[in-house]
Amino acid sequence: MVITNFKYDLWESIKREDIIRALEEVMDPEIPTISIVDLGIVNEVKINDDYSVSVTLIPTFAGCPALKHIEDLVRDKIGMLGIRTVDVKTTFDEQWNTNMITEKGLEGLKKHGLAPPEKHDGLVRINLLEKVKCPNCGSKNTTLNSPFGPTLCRSIHYCNDCLNAFEHFKPV
Amino acid sequence: MNYNKQQAAAIKDLLYKIADDQLIIGHRNSEWTGLGPILEEDIAFSSIAQDKIGQSQHIYGILHTLGEKDPDTIAFTRGVKEFKCCHFVEYPIGEYDFSLMRNFLFNHAEAARFDMLSGSSFEPIQKLAKKYRGEIKYHTMHSDTWIKQLARATDESHNRMQKVLNDSFNLALGIFEESEHYGVLHEMKVFEGENSLKSKWLETIIPIFESALLKIPGQDSWKPSLGGRKGLHTGYLPALLDEMCEVFKIDPKAEW
Repeated sequence: MVITNFKYDLWESIKREDIIRALEEVMDPEIPTISIVDLGIVNEVKINDDYSVSVTLIPTFAGCPALKHIEDLVRDKIGMLGIRTVDVKTTFDEQWNTNMITEKGLEGLKKHGLAPPEKHDGLVRINLLEKVKCPNCGSKNTTLNSPFGPTLCRSIHYCNDCLNAFEHFKPV
Repeated sequence: MNYNKQQAAAIKDLLYKIADDQLIIGHRNSEWTGLGPILEEDIAFSSIAQDKIGQSQHIYGILHTLGEKDPDTIAFTRGVKEFKCCHFVEYPIGEYDFSLMRNFLFNHAEAARFDMLSGSSFEPIQKLAKKYRGEIKYHTMHSDTWIKQLARATDESHNRMQKVLNDSFNLALGIFEESEHYGVLHEMKVFEGENSLKSKWLETIIPIFESALLKIPGQDSWKPSLGGRKGLHTGYLPALLDEMCEVFKIDPKAEW
């Protein structure tokens, strides 16, 4: 639908913060308790001179099937602010890693029943996966079952204390 | 940066062989979907497949910016001779021992390749390489665990792993078939070259084999399976491409 007679002054009053706030409502399609802003994949938001908006996203995993879908969600969300031209692109100019997830984002992962990723110094070692804290009972007496889970970003673990299998957002 | 014709051809050749290896081994890994010996392995092979095919797509994306066709067209419409993958990735999945050993040998070569490329002067691949290193770490973690586990479990599993290592080693050496563009890439500091990559690969895999009590075949028996990088393939590749491209070719213009 083409919106005509749109008030230009409304566009002009839109600030970068308004856009970020809108993007904070775009949730990860695979983990609906974390927004793409808290996930750390919104790399750049720019309001151009012609009041078009450019958003640059950085992918979590190169093979993530949700990428295109997230681009569409971003376009729709910003479009709802009345901005007609929204340019969304995904780049590898910066490399996403799990340290970029915000505190609020880590809480969101827990809400979804996922053990959050441990902070790392840029180099993920296997021991980061060996004693992951169980999101159900808090025990660290856990075992890595498989570094691969139901989505590319998750690994599967088992808690030897509460005897539950659980998933972990793996550090990259 | 502007590249002359020869330099651009060299970069494209490098990108094609890396992405083709990933696409084809990714397809092979995906053939375990639904068939893995245990559920976790089914998921592992499927996830590794998804990673590798996803990674190849972005490299085809760079090729597209260099004037080649779009990633889907590159992946699904080329003829056999236009593929630059090595023979190793073309082989059928065989039994689980072969698929695991292939992943082990290939993953470490790939990890070393992206390590080298993360210092490349060709910026688009340098950035992807930095990203891919982190993802491939999980692939090597998977294959390392199983190689060590199976090689040290029972006599039967040890013997099978040793046999499959002997049978696949020359195929693995084919990964490092040197390119005619080697000099140009080296001079431009785009890529150090296959020989140097092979040394790095050996430095990584030999200690792991030692801890797993496996031995790589003696150097006098090394006969790399060559030709893949020049478009000369085994009979397995056309069969794989027929299957992989079947749906796409029903209606190449379909919107997905």
